[in-house]
Amino acid sequence: MSEHAVQQVPIRVTVNGRELAAEVEPRLLLSDFIRHHAGLTGTHVGCEHGVCGACTVLVDGAPQRSCLVFAAQADGAEIRTVEGLAEPGAPLHPVQQAFHEEHGMQCGFCTSGFLMTTVALLEETPHPSDEQLVDALSGNLCRCTGYRNIVAAARSAERKLAEAGDE
Amino acid sequence: MSELIGRSVPRVEDERLLRGEGAYVDDLHPSGCSEAAFLRSPQAHARIVSIDVEEARSAPGVIAVLTGADLAGELEPMVFQIARVVPETVRASTGAVSRVHPMPAIPADRATYVGQPLAVVVAESRYLAEDALELIELELEPLPAVVDPEAALEPGAPLVEPEWEDNLALEYRYRRGDVDAAFEQAAVVVEEVFHSHRHVASPIETRGVVATVDPLDGTLAVSASTQTPHQLRDFLAGALRRAPETLRVRAPDVGGGFGPKGAIYPEDLVIPYLATRVGRPVKWIEDRSEHFAATTHGREQVHRIALAADADGRILAVRDSIVHNCGAYHTLGLVVPYNTLTHLIGPYDVPAVDVRLRAAITNTGVVAPYRGAGRPEAVFAMERAVTRLARAVGIDAAELRARNLIAPEAMPYATGMIYRDGTEQVYDSGDYPKLLARARALVEEEPWAERAAGRRVGVGYAAYVEGTGVGPFESAALTVLGGGRVRVATGASSQGQSHRTTLAQIAADALGVPFERIEVVGGDTAAIAAGFGTIASRSLVVAGNAVAKAAAELRAAVLDAAGSLLGAPPESLTLADGTIRPLDGDGPELPLADLAGALSPFNPRRPAGAPTELHAKAIFNPGPVTYAAGVHAAVVAVDPATGAVEILRYAVSHDCGRPVNPAIAEGQVLGGVMQGIGGALYEELVYDPDGQLRTGSFMDYLLPTAGEMPEIRLVHVDCPTPLNPLGVKGLGEGGAIGPPAAIANAVEDALADLGVVVRACPLTPDRVRALIRAGGGDGGATAGAGATEVAA
Repeated sequence: MSEHAVQQVPIRVTVNGRELAAEVEPRLLLSDFIRHHAGLTGTHVGCEHGVCGACTVLVDGAPQRSCLVFAAQADGAEIRTVEGLAEPGAPLHPVQQAFHEEHGMQCGFCTSGFLMTTVALLEETPHPSDEQLVDALSGNLCRCTGYRNIVAAARSAERKLAEAGDE
Repeated sequence: MSELIGRSVPRVEDERLLRGEGAYVDDLHPSGCSEAAFLRSPQAHARIVSIDVEEARSAPGVIAVLTGADLAGELEPMVFQIARVVPETVRASTGAVSRVHPMPAIPADRATYVGQPLAVVVAESRYLAEDALELIELELEPLPAVVDPEAALEPGAPLVEPEWEDNLALEYRYRRGDVDAAFEQAAVVVEEVFHSHRHVASPIETRGVVATVDPLDGTLAVSASTQTPHQLRDFLAGALRRAPETLRVRAPDVGGGFGPKGAIYPEDLVIPYLATRVGRPVKWIEDRSEHFAATTHGREQVHRIALAADADGRILAVRDSIVHNCGAYHTLGLVVPYNTLTHLIGPYDVPAVDVRLRAAITNTGVVAPYRGAGRPEAVFAMERAVTRLARAVGIDAAELRARNLIAPEAMPYATGMIYRDGTEQVYDSGDYPKLLARARALVEEEPWAERAAGRRVGVGYAAYVEGTGVGPFESAALTVLGGGRVRVATGASSQGQSHRTTLAQIAADALGVPFERIEVVGGDTAAIAAGFGTIASRSLVVAGNAVAKAAAELRAAVLDAAGSLLGAPPESLTLADGTIRPLDGDGPELPLADLAGALSPFNPRRPAGAPTELHAKAIFNPGPVTYAAGVHAAVVAVDPATGAVEILRYAVSHDCGRPVNPAIAEGQVLGGVMQGIGGALYEELVYDPDGQLRTGSFMDYLLPTAGEMPEIRLVHVDCPTPLNPLGVKGLGEGGAIGPPAAIANAVEDALADLGVVVRACPLTPDRVRALIRAGGGDGGATAGAGATEVAA
């Protein structure tokens, strides 16, 4: 609808290895860009004020709340979302597998955010202390599990990744 | 033949959710979909003078703008079936009177709570819809608001409904035994006021609705983040004056429910209506600020409770006068306030009881079931009072409980009360002394003082029962598909409870078909015509038994059909591992897939008279509820200098009947406990005296995180129920019932010598400091500095 077109900003981002170019409104949230423009609805929006962490994605390797970032700010960035953890049909990523095995999820809505937070933590700190682990996970809210199985899943993921690294 | 029930089978739900392939309501975006945003009342009570929407109507991308005046002739005020249900036996037993209170989808004349929808904009996108909201000129004339439920019942209080003579929405009184005599004869009496504060359930996914009219047949398809799609369909059929068959309501993947998504909301009616009106699919996704104000809240009761006991601490009588806050609309009748009555006395044997409840409407958000639904409120009052009694008698709080528990030999135990469904309240099974003993064992005899490091340690208990598996019914339909797979459809939808796994376990066992070949579909009115939904810790009991019943019928149908095909009497055959075999092992085998193939209409040698499909349907009417139970024990360390409370250990012993999937059962309890801990220590929804919401974001309303997770230990004391064939009880809510009482009792125990009485939660540091100051004890900076005290 041209009559309400506002100023558009050209951006170019890489999402899960795929290069995307788009014209976006300056106010478009990165979360909305990922969900509606890139069509990757595995990233969920839970609060839109940066507390729940459900929308966490990796921007240039660091976990970010995509509801607190404008798409325009991500210009040139490399973004990883939950869909990038395992190719369709391929085995689950070790972090995903760990959440399954430890029953670290119930409704699944917060799960993508926890997965991305855990991936970022273990890539940066392969063997976190208990304090580091809980500190990293405490930026995400889960209302179903009570967290115990999520913490167990993150520990299990650490072991799986270490084993995979040894092979 | 049970092989899967009782095993922690890994969840079949997980893989697609882990890959980000789930389909939650906001992931559904039909072609041409428009988006809605609501203008909401900024005032708690106001007359609507004018709403000027002209500028908004001509704003970029706007498709429609509607106010309450536009909808007045189109949508009748909302009344839910449950609001009219007061069983005759309940009325006779308690004199219960409950007003029916219609709720306008969008009011035309008056706003009665902050966040109430006053207008709706439909636009090309949510961004443009919110832009247009800014252009609406709303003129309100403030009216006096009432927020506190006790104040609302005072003479002369502002009236929330001008047509009512007062704000009283519901009232009952239950009496049994000679309460007055018991109080006169008592050696010890304790009397106290306890408040259960207001919560918001806060599923991480908010609510949402997408509605589309099928251009081919006019069917109105609604996807909603709901716990009760069939009830929503039936409601919409009435409200939109359509035949139910012309509606399809689906609950897609739902990101947590916990009660509030079992209610039906103005948006659930307005969005489908708009889809029929604007000729485009319409979507509305609640944002978090809307959720705080406009999704139903939980709890908020005041109890003035008194216990009478003999010198040994045997409880002789309980007297309780309760005020319940309904919020602005009393929409669900008895549900929450009456649950409070039937769970107040809990696992105790008490000869005399007098409980009165009055429920008030106020200018606050609507209060409806939230995990526990009236039970945590009852348990907070009773278990706090029981702990106060132990202190007054001078015995250990766990010992006093042990002296008053109903003995296992007394089961089934009739309480004398009538349950909400109109049947006599009878505890069917349970071993309460054992539950208590197991919980005690998890917290006693540990060197807590060492872990407390300079802080004060306290131990607190909470015991409860929970009526689970309430009717009226749930449905199941099982169909053998090509390839020998079996589809299980049920009216019970899932918001994370793992039905696709647990119901498949039940079906696999009952049928004799491998688990992997069973797929469960829940929450789609097109998959099964009748259904009730997932609320009130009921699905495993009611849907589980419906599935088992339908599976038994399907198994018989399969053996019948196979018998005709094989020329063998059906009773000589069995179905196991998906293959039909002769029981004596002598004769041909027939895989279920081959049987399905033989019955296929494409099979030219299809036997004459063979059934057209292998299908069975069942409705399970549960009868009276079955009683789950638990004892929670909290060990806390309190820093009297800062008021900080740390839970050193949280122990749960619980009875969920026969567990179908222990890992999933444990997950349900853990999640419930964490929500209860949230309410005990962090979460509180606060209104100011004018009815403004003070806690409208996660910055103000604090949910517990992984950092607040204590060590939690669980033990099972499972007593299968005789009331249903599977022997199962519900457990979705139980975990959340105990923590506020157990933790409050523990904090008070830690600070007892300072004269502290805990009357309300959450026990935030400033609250704890205020309690210490009010207690008059010297619990300030000096007391906590060096010594470690372990409370007796």
